Amino acid sequence: MSDFIIEMLQITKEFPGIKANDNITLQLKKGEVHALLGENGAGKSTLMSILFGLYQAEHGEIHKNGQKVLINNPNDANALNIGMVHQHFKLVEVFSVLENIILGVEPTKYSVLKRNEARQKIVQLSQQYKLSVEPDALIEDISVGMQQRVEILKMLYRDNEILIFDEPTAVLTPQEIKELMAIIRGLKAEGKSILFITHKLNEIMEVADRCTVLRKGQCIGTVDIDQTSVEELSRMMVGRPVQLIVDKADLIPGEIVLAVEHLTVASKLHKNNAVKDVSFNVRAGEIVCLAGIEGNGQSELIYALTGIEKPVSGRLTLKGHDLTKSSIRDRSKAGISHIPEDRHKFGLVLDYSLAENLVLQRYWEPRFHQNGLINREAVNQYADNLISKYDIRSGQGAQTIVRSMSGGNQQKAIVAREIDKNPELLIAIQPTRGLDIGAIEYIHTQLVAQRDSGKGVLLVSLELDEVMNVSDRILVIYEGNIVGEFDPKETTVEQLGLYMAGARRNDVKGGQV
Amino acid sequence: MKINLKQAWHTLKNKPGFESFLASAAAIGIGLIFGFLLLVIFKAEKSVYGLSQILVVGFSSAAKFSKVLYQAAPLIMTGLSVGFAFKTGLFNIGASGQYMLGMFMALYSGIVWQFPWYAALIMAMLGGAIWGAMPGLFKAYFNVNEVITSIMFNWIGLFAVNVLLANIPMVLADYYGASNPDRTANMSAANKAAIIPKWGLDTLFDSTYMNISIFMAIILAVIIYFVLNRTTFGYELKACGFNRNASIYAGINAKRNIVLSMVIAGSLAGFGGGLYYLSGTAQYTIEKLLATMGFNGIPVALLATSNPIGIIFSALFISYIQVGGEAMQPEFAKEIVDIIISVIIYLSAFSLLLKGIIRKLIKQSATAGKEVAP
Ligand SMILES: Nc1ncnc2c1ncn2[C@@H]1O[C@H](COP(=O)(O)OP(=O)(O)OP(=O)(O)O)[C@@H](O)[C@H]1O
Ligand SMILES: [Mg+2]
Repeated sequence: MSDFIIEMLQITKEFPGIKANDNITLQLKKGEVHALLGENGAGKSTLMSILFGLYQAEHGEIHKNGQKVLINNPNDANALNIGMVHQHFKLVEVFSVLENIILGVEPTKYSVLKRNEARQKIVQLSQQYKLSVEPDALIEDISVGMQQRVEILKMLYRDNEILIFDEPTAVLTPQEIKELMAIIRGLKAEGKSILFITHKLNEIMEVADRCTVLRKGQCIGTVDIDQTSVEELSRMMVGRPVQLIVDKADLIPGEIVLAVEHLTVASKLHKNNAVKDVSFNVRAGEIVCLAGIEGNGQSELIYALTGIEKPVSGRLTLKGHDLTKSSIRDRSKAGISHIPEDRHKFGLVLDYSLAENLVLQRYWEPRFHQNGLINREAVNQYADNLISKYDIRSGQGAQTIVRSMSGGNQQKAIVAREIDKNPELLIAIQPTRGLDIGAIEYIHTQLVAQRDSGKGVLLVSLELDEVMNVSDRILVIYEGNIVGEFDPKETTVEQLGLYMAGARRNDVKGGQV
Repeated sequence: MKINLKQAWHTLKNKPGFESFLASAAAIGIGLIFGFLLLVIFKAEKSVYGLSQILVVGFSSAAKFSKVLYQAAPLIMTGLSVGFAFKTGLFNIGASGQYMLGMFMALYSGIVWQFPWYAALIMAMLGGAIWGAMPGLFKAYFNVNEVITSIMFNWIGLFAVNVLLANIPMVLADYYGASNPDRTANMSAANKAAIIPKWGLDTLFDSTYMNISIFMAIILAVIIYFVLNRTTFGYELKACGFNRNASIYAGINAKRNIVLSMVIAGSLAGFGGGLYYLSGTAQYTIEKLLATMGFNGIPVALLATSNPIGIIFSALFISYIQVGGEAMQPEFAKEIVDIIISVIIYLSAFSLLLKGIIRKLIKQSATAGKEVAP
């Protein structure tokens, strides 16, 4: 009898133009939390998809409890008690929580659904593992954090023993991440074996027992967490030491780039306004960070700045030009770039090629067409240039369909596109979500470079480390008001936390001018 | 020689469209087999004859082939209408009504205003465009699903056209001395200049059906292909189709594009109506039936996975087996061909599944090949 509940031995998987997994061996002990770490596109999701039966490996074997098994589809995986929470959730939006959990394994009697039995089991599981959900709420109405708990319950409901989490924390707020860590520990205590993908090294240090590192499709090694450090992990992953703190010189901010005056934006969720009479500026050569807990008006504020939504009242100007009534295209032309928070919804046309996506904000410029005829050569050349400059990795270069790219590389494509427009104002919302530390380092450097070249940067981030690390000035938003303004050098994460939670406030009107 | 073939196969199977092509071919094959089984059930002793009629009649004589081309031209247009809209994320089920309006405008302008054929064809496009614009406007500004409105506009179009025609004596056949008052006039009596020219093809093919409409349809298919794939306009339209939110965020005017897309789709279907009824051989009979030519645009587009060039071939194919189906009368009902077509549509709707199977087969043949090699 082997120690390992799951062994993936010498797995190789090729996609057109790329070896996503090259002779990888991964061994999962029973009852451990095993982290999988690697750069964007290293092949982590691919490897897990093979274990879950979504892809078939060209070479290699999978063993469960020492026995060779064949996993041709997710049903096979389920029969072997393997469950997976995907990087992008797979829930039916218009179904209730309960319906989603039992989908495909509905308990029936004379083909009538035994709803009560299902409900009892779900309630019992959610108490046992502290996964609070509302069984009758519709998926589209609940928070991302609860959606994730639904995904976890789905696995538990199927009595899965081996649980795969593909970047579960990328979409969560810091508070939700804390809760998830506790849940994972609870699952481990109940004897579940867990595979956990994340880019955040502190999460690995916190919950994992061992960690396997992949780089460019190859296995670099497996280490015990007790005997390693953040530095060593990051070196294994990137192949060089990574600088986690951003270097930036002191800079005296220049003229005002963006001025927001008394901006009020309606909410789509409730009758009150989401943004209430907010005023602030962003000046040339500074990174202003908007910090706050998700759902306090950040999204609506950004929609109003970028022109996706019309404000109720107020004014906004870019370098003195009034843009309050301008179209999205005109704002973009005037010099606003925008890295959106939901890359699949707003950032990319997933069925277009990488080249087509890289020109999405500027295909209309004269250099990319002659009288409406697309100049493919120019488009491809431009794309190739960005791909090498920003190290966007994919199977078939500029011609890769973006849907097939790894999540982190999709994000890099957006960042490249928006920064390369050389905007006066860069609005970046969670720009490093889902990125590996090497890429995060790179993007932070880019944000600072924008600032140093005299541009304004407005950063929205839920991650306080990032906020403290890159910003020059921090605005805290709470319930649609700006409740505090801080210099990162003179404040602490704890203090920011108090303001973000609404425990303290000193209303800022007009901002620091 | 053998090596060359192998190489050709290798490059071919890696082409993105290849799997779609095989999937459609498989759908057609299974559809025909199913049709043959039906023939066996109905009249076993004549079944082989029936199938051979379907398969060969279209090529059996120049005249029959002219008929294939004659029907294929409007089919290409309605197929393009559905396919174009689909590429931009809209399901244009209203090609039938747009086709009717195209027909009406062509006949009206050709007969009442005595327009020459090319001007009448432009009027046909205009008629279709207006009818396509309606669902587009509803979708863009009131967020009403285009499927629902275009179905409604099919019926509105049908009855509006019927009422109009019935009340304009000049466009009807009896005005010119014929005996049937429920038909539109024979063009050669009403306005010879409105008949699409034949450029001598009719004598060459020995068929009055033969004219230049097939060439016009093919040229339009090529233009649509070009617009979709090579122009910034097509880039915008397709982007809206794939992801409306991202397009809006990129500054594309999505509302305008929805309307434009439906206007173009409608004008294509309307042009098809013009092509058919300005041929000089077709006369419209006032009936309470939606034009099947419009609905057949849907299988034509599906079979070609909405690729404009593919639509040329799928329209030719559908027209071909329809001509064959007519030729198996009276032994069999020509509706058997409709059943075959429906089976093919049904299977093309499963094209994803078929593609998956085909991909597996290709892979297996590849690994089998590897194992044989040393
Ligand atoms: N379905 C697919 N078709 C073609 N290529 C693919 C497909 N899925 C993944 N790839 C490629 O395989 C490589 C590995 O991708 P994978 O999604 O496994 O990366 P990852 O390690 O999960 O990265 P990330 O951290 O960015 O999510 C990438 O280069 C990607 O472009
Ligand atoms: Mg991944």
